[in-house]
Amino acid sequence: MLTILFDGIAYGMVLFVLGCGLSVTMGLMNFVNLAHGAFAMLGGYVTVLAMQRLGLPFLASLPLAFLAAALVGLVLERLLYRPMYAKSHLDQVMFSIGLVFMAVAGTDWLMGSSQQFIRLPAWLQGRFEIAGIGIGRYRLFVIAVCGLLAVGLHWGFTRTRFGSRLRAAVDDARVARGLGIPVNRLFALTFAIGSGLAGLGGALGVELMGLDPTFPLKFMIYFLIVVTVGGTSSITGPFFAAMLLGVADVVGKYLVPEIGAFIIYALMVVLLLTRPNGLFARARA
Amino acid sequence: MSGATLHQRVREALYRSRRWHPAEIAFWLIAFAAFLLFPRHLLLLNEIAILALFALSLDLILGYAGIVSLGHAAFLGMGAYAAGLFAKHVGGDPLAGLACGMAASGLLGLITSPLVLRGSDLTRLMVTLGVALILYELANSLAWLTGGADGLQGVVMGPVLGLFDFDIFGRTAYLYSLGVLFVLFLVARRVANSPFGLSLRAIRDNPLRAAASGVPNGRRLAGAYTLAAAYAGAAGALLAQTTQFVSLDVLDFHRSADLMLVLIIGGAGYLYGGLIGAIVFKLLQDAISSFTPQYWMFWIGLFLVLFVLGGREIIHGGVRAVASRFARLGRGGTP
Repeated sequence: MLTILFDGIAYGMVLFVLGCGLSVTMGLMNFVNLAHGAFAMLGGYVTVLAMQRLGLPFLASLPLAFLAAALVGLVLERLLYRPMYAKSHLDQVMFSIGLVFMAVAGTDWLMGSSQQFIRLPAWLQGRFEIAGIGIGRYRLFVIAVCGLLAVGLHWGFTRTRFGSRLRAAVDDARVARGLGIPVNRLFALTFAIGSGLAGLGGALGVELMGLDPTFPLKFMIYFLIVVTVGGTSSITGPFFAAMLLGVADVVGKYLVPEIGAFIIYALMVVLLLTRPNGLFARARA
Repeated sequence: MSGATLHQRVREALYRSRRWHPAEIAFWLIAFAAFLLFPRHLLLLNEIAILALFALSLDLILGYAGIVSLGHAAFLGMGAYAAGLFAKHVGGDPLAGLACGMAASGLLGLITSPLVLRGSDLTRLMVTLGVALILYELANSLAWLTGGADGLQGVVMGPVLGLFDFDIFGRTAYLYSLGVLFVLFLVARRVANSPFGLSLRAIRDNPLRAAASGVPNGRRLAGAYTLAAAYAGAAGALLAQTTQFVSLDVLDFHRSADLMLVLIIGGAGYLYGGLIGAIVFKLLQDAISSFTPQYWMFWIGLFLVLFVLGGREIIHGGVRAVASRFARLGRGGTP
């Protein structure tokens, strides 16, 4: 039972890294970006290609996944996303679903529709036991990496100059501009970081979630749940939401496989009904 | 100005908006004439009619009530399964099955309507999407009832009105679907141009002010949502009856996403938007998928992106012009 819990936490951690990038773009910048999963898929494929074609070690391919997704995010933000900021939520939804469809079909065309695999290094394979709890090495690694990222992000948004400028720009872009904050550059950078995190999450998740061209559609709902349930005003909200979701999903699939994904959707609907603005959200307009 | 004259003016405006424009009459004449004009494409025409009904349903809540729904496939699927199961276990009469599908979906809409009344656009998107996903999972796991991933087989339909048998060319199917679409369109047109429809538009434009002037926002929206759900259920029932098969595909996410595109092509907020969108969408799909069946998804994505990125006004400027003419003639303002 505790082993399942541990697996659930590892899964939740990956969901957090995937989702927190979205909570940055969607929460802070108020942009409904359903195409977030496409960036995660990009990170996953970069890792797969780097390891299979270039023979890079796993650890070296992770930063590569981050950079590739961040770079693409930066370019797309400049070219496509910026004109969309002022449009309605519905337009943003349509636009980003369009991007997802293109990403899914394009990846299918480029890479084939089959599932991709990576070979983990020997020191990340297998599992060991502490006090009767089976602990997968890779899962422990994921928890460590993602835990560090969570702490780092929280620190970055609450304690640094970058974080306070960003929050100022989000709350009132006009005044922030008047104060000499480079709002556009700040948003571009934030978007790039969010996309990069998605890429990293995708790379870490290849082993746990699988990777094929339908990835963005299959997991879109999970990221969205993390963000909407977690609320978007802090990093802690999505973090707990991701944990809850990861554990509920894994436990549900282990114990009652017949109803499978049913549990998390029901959980989401119930949570959204009881806390329409998210678990820890401040009341928003 | 006294209250009575204002009341009268509103009534007059509503009566005026109910009058038929010649272009509208022409539209329906052409739709029925298509039966004779394109005898080889009746199956495609049938699909268009069903999609148009589905789009009409979304337009009722999105265009008129301003509720963003990303899970409209839930109601289509509910209607399809209800009608399919009705035909399989109760009887093959199409109209009874249609009523059963509409009732089931309407009931689902009524039950889930409290969900969409809470929270912001985003919460609504998520909750509607969640409901559709839950239904998908349910239909998948209740294999003894729905056939699961294999689909519901053994749906056998009797003749429409006891007279017209379904054939493989889709002759009966098209006339049946178009007939249902026409009747339901008349009802929708009447509803949209009633005080009820007017109050929906008021809520869409400014919920706070609508509530302040005495409109029971929650109840009106719930009513509109239930009605739209029943419409989608009718579309699902038609789909199940004319194809005599129901699969999990009716509940799939892409159904909801395609529908959004249909409404974006046609324009939301005037009833013909969904119909025109459905025609353009299906013809486009038919044309594109005939030469790249596998990557149809890429093109639909591209269209979505281009539409939203500013091409929308340019591309259907023509439709817009017609729309605003309808709007001016139809309801005197608010295009």
